Amino acid sequence: MATTRDLLQAPVIEKPAPPASFDVRRIREDFPILKQKMHGKPLVYLDNAATSQKPQAVIDSLLHYYLVDCANIHRGVYLLSERSTQAYEDSRVKLQRFLNAAEPREIVYVRGSTEGINLVAQTYGRQHIGAGDEILITAMEHHSNIVPWQMLCEEKGCRLRVGPINDRGELILDQFEKLINDRTRLVSVAHVSNALGTINPVKQIVEMAHARNIPVLIDGAQAAPHMKIDVRALGCDFYAISGHKLFGPTGIGALYGKASFLESMPPYQGGGDMILSVTFEKTIYNHIPNKFEAGTPNIAAAIGWGAALDYLTRVGMENISSYEHALLTYATEAIGQIPGVRLIGTAREKAGVLSFMLEGIHPHDVGTVLDQEGIAVRTGHHCAQPVMERFGVPATVRASLAFYNTKQEINALAAGLEHVKAMFA
Amino acid sequence: MSELTNLYQEVILDHAKRPRNFHAIENADHHANGYNPLCGDKVTIYLTLVDDRITDISFQGSGCAISTASASILTETLKGKTRKEAEAIFDAFHGLVTGQSVESAGGPVLGKLAVFSGVCEFPVRVKCASLAWHTLRSALEGSPAVASSE
Repeated sequence: MATTRDLLQAPVIEKPAPPASFDVRRIREDFPILKQKMHGKPLVYLDNAATSQKPQAVIDSLLHYYLVDCANIHRGVYLLSERSTQAYEDSRVKLQRFLNAAEPREIVYVRGSTEGINLVAQTYGRQHIGAGDEILITAMEHHSNIVPWQMLCEEKGCRLRVGPINDRGELILDQFEKLINDRTRLVSVAHVSNALGTINPVKQIVEMAHARNIPVLIDGAQAAPHMKIDVRALGCDFYAISGHKLFGPTGIGALYGKASFLESMPPYQGGGDMILSVTFEKTIYNHIPNKFEAGTPNIAAAIGWGAALDYLTRVGMENISSYEHALLTYATEAIGQIPGVRLIGTAREKAGVLSFMLEGIHPHDVGTVLDQEGIAVRTGHHCAQPVMERFGVPATVRASLAFYNTKQEINALAAGLEHVKAMFA
Repeated sequence: MSELTNLYQEVILDHAKRPRNFHAIENADHHANGYNPLCGDKVTIYLTLVDDRITDISFQGSGCAISTASASILTETLKGKTRKEAEAIFDAFHGLVTGQSVESAGGPVLGKLAVFSGVCEFPVRVKCASLAWHTLRSALEGSPAVASSE
């Protein structure tokens, strides 16, 4: 029976094709859902920070798994299980390369970045963080990088500290640094804010924390879809991402952890696949990453995510990054100049997100009217209520971009907002 | 009429821009807070009951056009009504916005509340329209918990 260890040594069969030149019209052809109409208007999908759409390659991969390769992994001696296991572990290798981790065993499959953060809180956190200790986050975190730590604080009597942000939505780095002290046991920060789009200077944060031997977890859910991630260049100890925000299926995510950390951490959940041997007297846990992967995982989603990573590699994350940067600049200008629009989050370094208010009109009403124009935006607090409070708004309208969005779609959004204004004038 | 103009009828837009009875009642003998965690809408309903009849009613809060107009028209509709009448109107209103029932001849008259008939075409907005009503129920029951249209 092939184990994860054996398979991790095996070469990945599929080689990404040479990078194609970036042509958004051709890219859109790869995303069947975008051809739809909503309320009789072409779908303008601008809620990519909530979830991204999936290229045909991912859909085909899911279909292929269920049509041809469906079997449980790490179990059977039969060919079907071997194929399923191989495809599942190939995806882990693809993730390792995508994040530039040193080894595939540093990639732990989880359900999403939320679970990745919870895993660290419940294993590393419970092991190393005690009464009076501190965990440092920023004021722009998603609830998923707040609540797991609050739960730990409740259990252990430790304390959550929060680095403040300025009116542009940027982390105030010198104040953040002052919050690092002898009691700090972990720094956990978003790479990119889901509500504001701010890109945090995570490399600098890692250096600051490491200078005092404090490990750093980066919530990369909103960064990975927009830029090349290199965990070794960043130097972080943990990096959490979600498959569904990265053009893969829902229900799958990955936690990168330095092998030395993962090795020393206790298991997360107990069950099958995370053990080497079980007797009623003593159970010996499996090696990493399997130690953290109890039970049958979302095999199909892991494999489908691998197809998404192949697709992204073909398009090129650098191409995606530069295209999106230009599109965000265009959108910021087009939407920002509309009278009555107040942009929330105007950091100098931003990715993918345009959050705003339309004077005198509640975001929900904006969202409903835009929907009738076929435009999907998110309205609400974006699971970042402290951010809303910081800016004194109950909610915002958020248009979030992916590399398949176009200037024409931004123009449609601008026209839609004029329509909203006329309606509520 | 398009679905959108049916949702945002003139009366609703008018009440959203100029909400009626939009103030606190000092020494109100009933009040309750409502909160929709999904969108952050907040409403407080104040009322005074004399012999089970609502003699004064008002609201405060912040929310979308639908929730603000709903609260505003609620206060207009219920002033002078008994607790029992208010409950019956809520039931009829709830049926209207969820599209589950039509006004029957024997039931309470919805009157101006009929402008919310377009809401049932927008399922995600039903909670906006009903938040003030759930809050009213809490106020009448004297429930200390924050009402929610969840």
